[in-house]
Amino acid sequence: MKRFSYHRADSVADAVQALCATPDARIVAGGTNLVDLMKYGVETPSALVDVTRIASLNGIDDTDEGGLRIGALVPNRTVAEDERVAARFPLLASAILAGATPQLRNAATTGGNLNQRTRCYYFYDTKTPCNKREPGSGCPAIGGVNRLHAILGASEHCIATHPSDMCVALAALGAEIRVEGPNGPRRIRFADYHRLPGDAPERDNTLQPGEIIEAVLLPPEAEAFAGHHSYLKLRDRLSYAFALVSVAAALDIREGRIVAARLALGGVAHKPWRREEAEAALVGSPADEAAFAAAATQLLEGAQGHEHNTFKIELARRAILRALGQAAAGTPQSQTDKRIA
Amino acid sequence: MLKNDLHVGSPRSRIDGPAKVTGQATYAAEFTAADLAHGYIVESAIARGRIVSIDTAAAEALPGVIRVFTHENRPKTAWFTYKYRDMVAPPGAPFRPLYSDEIQYSGQPIALVVAESFEAAREAAALVAVTYDRQPHETDLARARHDSYEPPKKRNGIAPPPAPRGDAQQAFGAAPVRIAGEYAIASEHHNPMEPHATTVVWEGGGKLTVHDKTQGVQNSQAYVTNVFGLSGDDVRVVSPYVGGGFGSGLRPQHQLFLAVMASLALERSVRVELTRQQMFGHVHRPETVNLVSLGAGEDGKLHAIQHQAIAATSRFEDHQEVVVNWSGLLYPAEHVDLRYELAKLDTYSPGDMRAPGAPLGLFALESAMDELAVATGVDPVELRLRNYAERDENEDKPFTSKELRACYRAGAERFGWSRRDPRPGSMREGRELIGWGMASGVWDAGMMKTSARATLTADGRLAIACATSDIGTGTYTILAQIAADALGLPMEAVDVALGDSTLPEAPVQGGSWTAASAGSAVAAACSSLRDALLTRAAAEGSPLAGAKADDVIFEGGHIRSLADPARSLALGEIVAASGPDGIAATESAGPGLIGMMLPKSHSSYTHSAVFAEVRIDEELGVLRVTRIVNAVAAGRILNPKTARSQILGGVVWGIGMALHEEALTDHRLGRIMNHSLAEYHVPVNADIDDIEVIFVEESDEKTSPIGVKGLGEIGIVGTAAAIANAVHHATGKRIRSLPITIDKILQG
Repeated sequence: MKRFSYHRADSVADAVQALCATPDARIVAGGTNLVDLMKYGVETPSALVDVTRIASLNGIDDTDEGGLRIGALVPNRTVAEDERVAARFPLLASAILAGATPQLRNAATTGGNLNQRTRCYYFYDTKTPCNKREPGSGCPAIGGVNRLHAILGASEHCIATHPSDMCVALAALGAEIRVEGPNGPRRIRFADYHRLPGDAPERDNTLQPGEIIEAVLLPPEAEAFAGHHSYLKLRDRLSYAFALVSVAAALDIREGRIVAARLALGGVAHKPWRREEAEAALVGSPADEAAFAAAATQLLEGAQGHEHNTFKIELARRAILRALGQAAAGTPQSQTDKRIA
Repeated sequence: MLKNDLHVGSPRSRIDGPAKVTGQATYAAEFTAADLAHGYIVESAIARGRIVSIDTAAAEALPGVIRVFTHENRPKTAWFTYKYRDMVAPPGAPFRPLYSDEIQYSGQPIALVVAESFEAAREAAALVAVTYDRQPHETDLARARHDSYEPPKKRNGIAPPPAPRGDAQQAFGAAPVRIAGEYAIASEHHNPMEPHATTVVWEGGGKLTVHDKTQGVQNSQAYVTNVFGLSGDDVRVVSPYVGGGFGSGLRPQHQLFLAVMASLALERSVRVELTRQQMFGHVHRPETVNLVSLGAGEDGKLHAIQHQAIAATSRFEDHQEVVVNWSGLLYPAEHVDLRYELAKLDTYSPGDMRAPGAPLGLFALESAMDELAVATGVDPVELRLRNYAERDENEDKPFTSKELRACYRAGAERFGWSRRDPRPGSMREGRELIGWGMASGVWDAGMMKTSARATLTADGRLAIACATSDIGTGTYTILAQIAADALGLPMEAVDVALGDSTLPEAPVQGGSWTAASAGSAVAAACSSLRDALLTRAAAEGSPLAGAKADDVIFEGGHIRSLADPARSLALGEIVAASGPDGIAATESAGPGLIGMMLPKSHSSYTHSAVFAEVRIDEELGVLRVTRIVNAVAAGRILNPKTARSQILGGVVWGIGMALHEEALTDHRLGRIMNHSLAEYHVPVNADIDDIEVIFVEESDEKTSPIGVKGLGEIGIVGTAAAIANAVHHATGKRIRSLPITIDKILQG
C-alpha cells in the first residue's frame, strides 16, 4: 500500500477544498471497497479525505418535493431498514438486501455504494493490463475470463460491469444525486451519473474533479411503484456473490393496465441498464406475458455475449419475465427465502 | 482393543475450543518476537520464461526496508534438488524459491522484501521492477491432455492402477447395456481460513524456533535442516494450532523457505505470510478429466468397467492421486481396465486436497452408475446392491470390515428414498423441479507409524505428547478421551501437547489416518503407563500388594481393588513415591508393529452412501441443495460430536465442488484470475440447508488396535456425484463437468 496523507473533513466545503488540493485524493467513508483496492495496489491515492464526521451527510429526511433525501453517509443497512423507505420505496430496500453481507451493509454507505468499482478480475490484478486501471494498456477480459462481464453497452476498450444492487433500484426509481463541488451544488439524474465505458473506461461516473456526493434524492412519483415491484438477483451462489443478472421491476397498474413502468438490469453493463423503449412497451398494456416479453426484447436490444457470458442474454430475458410477473402479482422476490417465487 | 467407555464413544466438545473462540490459540502468523521483521513476496506475472532484470533499488530506498532478496543475491542453499524433497513429495524436482532466473509458473515468488513493518514491505514489493523474457506456456488441460503420459515413477503411498482384468474393451462392446462418458472436475484451491504463514524466531547462536502453518512439524523441520544444512537440534518447529489444512499444509510451502532464508541471512526473527490472493499461487486440487465406460447386462450387473483419468500436474513434479482404482474396488466386474495419466501444465504442482483423487474418480464412476440405473430401469440403490463387492478385487484380498450395505439401507430410509418417482422431472413443487440422487463413497483406512508419550505427575495430571498436529479435526480431544479412559481420569486432568517437532515422532496429519494412528499410540503409551503404575502399586506393603492387572480398576484417579474396593491408591501418591519427574511411558503404533494387524493380509476402507435433494427453478436454472443424508461406515466412532463435524465439513465442501469451486484461468496469460474469496466461490450459509449424518455400526478389529478407521475424508467423497445425479433426476440433464453452474443447467 502506497503511503498517503489523511484528512478528516469537518464540513462539505472542507472536503471539497481537500479534494481540490490533491487531484488524486479519494474520499473514504465505509472503506469496504477502497481499502481493499488500496491493499491490492489498484487505487494508489496520495491523500484520503475522511468524510465520516460531516454531520450534514447523515440522515434520511422528507424533501419539500415529497420524496426522500438519503444522506451520502447513511449506511446501506439503515436505508434498507428505514420504515419510510420500506413503505414508499420498497424496491430500494429489497435491492440493498440482495447485496453483499450484513457486515458489509453495516459499513458501506450510500455514496460509497454508488462509487464502488467494477469486480472485473483484471481490474483487480495489477499484474495484468486493464484500460480502466491503466488507460491504454488493453482489455484482456475481451477474449479472456469474462463470465461476470457486460452484454450491453460495452466497448472495445472495456467490458466491465457495475456491481451494485442498490444502484439498479435507484436507476429504476429515477433517483437524483445531489453533489457539491468547487462550482457549487448541482443535481445529476441517476441515468446520467454512471457512464458507459466508451474510450474512457477509467471514468466510472460523471462527477467532476472536487465534487462529492451529498445525498441521493428519491422522487415522490416513484412511490407509485410501491405496490408492484420486485428485485430479482441471479448469481453463482445464493448469497454474497455479485449478480450474473439482476432485475429491478416496478409497475404502476390501474384497472388491469400498466400506466407506468420501470425496468433496470444489473450485472450486465457498465451502469444499471434502462431503456425507454422497454418501459414504453409495457405502458398501456395489461400486465401479461406478451407485454413482458416485448419489454424484455426491447431492454436486451443489441445484447452481445463474450466467450463465457453469452448465457446471460437468455438468462436476463427469463429473469425479466419472472421479475415483471412477481411485480404484477404484488409478490416481490424475498431476499431471505432463497426459493424464487 | 479399546472399548466404549466413559469418554470414548461419547460426544465431547473440543478441549481446544475455548482457546480458539477466545483468541488464546496462537497460529503461525501470530507468534511474535522482539525484533520481528516482515517479509512480503513479489510474484511472477508470467507463466514461463526468464527474468531479464529485476530492479530492487526503489524498493530498497523506501524507509523501513531491510533487504530485498532475489535469485541474484539470495544466500546459498542446498544445490541438489533431492535436498528439497519433503516426506510426502511426489517424484520430480521440487520447486526451489529464488533459485534462478527461471519462471515456472504465474505467481511464482521471485523476490522477498523484508522490512520493519508489513506495510513497508508490501509498499516496497510494488516497487520491484521486473522485465521478463516470455516463453510460450500451457495452462489449458484441454490442450495438454493430448500429451498425457503414464507417470514413470510412482508416488510413494499412492497405489498405481491395478493390472487389467479380462478384456474390458471386448466385453464392453459385447455388453447389452453400454454407458460411456467424459467427466471433468475444475481445479480447486484449498483456502483454509488461516493463510499460509511462517514466523521464524531467531533464538541466537544459529538456533531457530519456527512457527509454520503445517500439517507436519517434523516434515517442516526435516525440510529446513536439509535445505539450509542445519542440524536437527538447531531447528524446532512449533505449531500447536492449525487453522485448517485440508492437504495444503502437508508439504512445506514457499513461505517457510523464504522466512528461514531471511532469518538466517539477517540473523533476526522474520515472518512471511501469504495474502489471500497469493494463496491461489500454490497448491491446488488438479483439474482432472475422466473417461468412464460401463458395460452391463439388462439386469444392471456389470460386465466391464473402463476408467481412464488424465490429471494436471506441474512441469517439474508428477503429483499423483488415486483417481481410478476405486472403480475396480467398489463394484465387481470380470473385465476391468483402469488407467491414470498426467498432463503437464505451467502451474505450481498440484497437491493433496481433502480425499485427494476419490471425489474426482467417484464423480465419474457414480455419475456413470446413475446413467446405468436410468438405462436399465433399476433403482440406483438396488443397482449398487446388485453390484456389491464382497472382496477387494483390485488386490484380491478380503476387507477388514465393510458395512456399505448398512449405509445404503440407513441412508435410504432416513432420506425417504422409497418415495422417489424415478422418472426425471416427475417431482416438482410450484416452479421448482425436485431431484433426488445418490452415490457411494469410499476412502482408505489405515495407520501410519506414530509414537506418543504419556506422563503422570504427582499432582495426578496426565500429560500426553505427540508431534502430530490437530488441523481442526478434533485430535486434541479424542486423544484426551482415550487417555482419560485408560487411566480412569476425568478429561480435565489430561493435558495434550501436539504440533512440536521435539515431541514423539508422528507423520504428517492427512489421509484420515491420525485418529487411528495417534489414537493407537496414545492407547499403547497409556497401557504401558498403567503397567508401570500397577507394578509400583503392587509393591510389598502397599494396600494393593501383589495385585495383577485383572484384579484392579483405574477409576477416579485411583487404582482400586475389584475384590475389595476399600483397598485403593491414588495415582498421584504412586507417582510421588517414585520421584519428582513423574512416571512416563512412550510407545509406538503402526502397521506391522507388535500387536498390530499384519499389513498385507486385508484391505481396509471407509464407506458411505450419500443421498441428495436438489430443487431447481425450471426457467431460471437456480439450484438449491435442500437436503443431504450421508450414512458412513468408519469403524469405531471415538467422539460422535467431532466425528459429525468432520462429515458435515466434507459434505459442505462436496456441495462446493458440485456447485461452486473453480479456478478460472486466462490461458493467454497463464494466470488464475478469480484469486479472491469474492470471486472464487465456496458455499456460504445460504447455500447450506439440511445435512444429516448417520454412523452405521461397524466393528473392525484389524485396521487399528482401537477399532478406528478414520473420518477426515469420507464426507466429501460421494457428495458431488449425489448432487449431480439429483440434478439429472430433477431436469433430465446429465451435467458431466463440475461445478454445475446456472449456465450449464440452462444449456445442459
